[in-house]
Amino acid sequence: MIQSAFETIKQPWPWYVAGPMISLVYFTLIISGRKLGISSNLKTMCTILGAGKKYQFFNIDWRAYSWNLLFVLGLIIGGAIAQLYLKNDLPIDLNESTIQDLKELGISNFNNTVPEDLFNWQNLLTFRGFIFFIVGGFLIGFGTRYADGCTSGHAITGLANLQIPSLIAVIGFFIGGLIATHLLFPLIF
Amino acid sequence: MKVLKYILLGIIFGIILTKSEVISWFRIQEMFRFQSFHMYGVIGSAVLLGVIINIVIKKFDIKSLDKKPINFVVKEKTVIRYIVGGSIFGLGWALTGACPGPIFILIGNGFSIYIVIFLSALLGTFVYGILSKKLPH
Repeated sequence: MIQSAFETIKQPWPWYVAGPMISLVYFTLIISGRKLGISSNLKTMCTILGAGKKYQFFNIDWRAYSWNLLFVLGLIIGGAIAQLYLKNDLPIDLNESTIQDLKELGISNFNNTVPEDLFNWQNLLTFRGFIFFIVGGFLIGFGTRYADGCTSGHAITGLANLQIPSLIAVIGFFIGGLIATHLLFPLIF
Repeated sequence: MKVLKYILLGIIFGIILTKSEVISWFRIQEMFRFQSFHMYGVIGSAVLLGVIINIVIKKFDIKSLDKKPINFVVKEKTVIRYIVGGSIFGLGWALTGACPGPIFILIGNGFSIYIVIFLSALLGTFVYGILSKKLPH
């Protein structure tokens, strides 16, 4: 009985399980007087590293946001727990046309969470590594602060409170994502 | 006690996003190619329930655990920063297959190359902080 329940948990979770569980975390945070928003931790980390001494944008009391840094610590631990104890060994059940599209771009390894033929340390000092890791990461950090939020802050917290600015931001997320996927990928792969 | 609470919430969030494969570069590609309902279902159902939660809290004037009124997010009513900043983030989201939360969850999952992506994101936020007053919002 317990064994079979555990086997069920190890299977990939469908959207109608994950979505409601995300809103439970959202509810627990707002009822605790906080809000779900992860990208602001990058700003807090810059402040802790001393950016506030020279730049006013980072001159904030980081202690007020320390709860969110604990949340991030939890994210890392949660990822590790899922990997160590809740992993199933089957590849992700992707749509066949996605696999076909990505094969045409040169992706051949579909066995893991991310394409390991792209996201590995050997690629770090290559053109692709520079674009996918360095530029990609930079755009996330720059864009989320410019837009005042990321997927959690805008697409969940903001939309849940019917914020038009958040809807505009989410449209922006898709403009960028569609440009990258359909226009840039064929050029940079 | 409060320390444990936020770590625990993070752990739960990390497990949810790992097991539902939201942290997967492949799933993000499926989303941006409109070839699967999965990501839309995850975000859509979370938002829908979030809307209901907010309505219930407002209607019954539910207070936070320390008896204070609940602060709902109200975003500044402009356009440029959201459309431009959002598009810049969207580019990064498609390239890396990760938004800020999943970056940390992927590192926890052992995909150590995402440490580089995290450090670049930190640099991106730092550069935004330096330039913020000069950018149109």
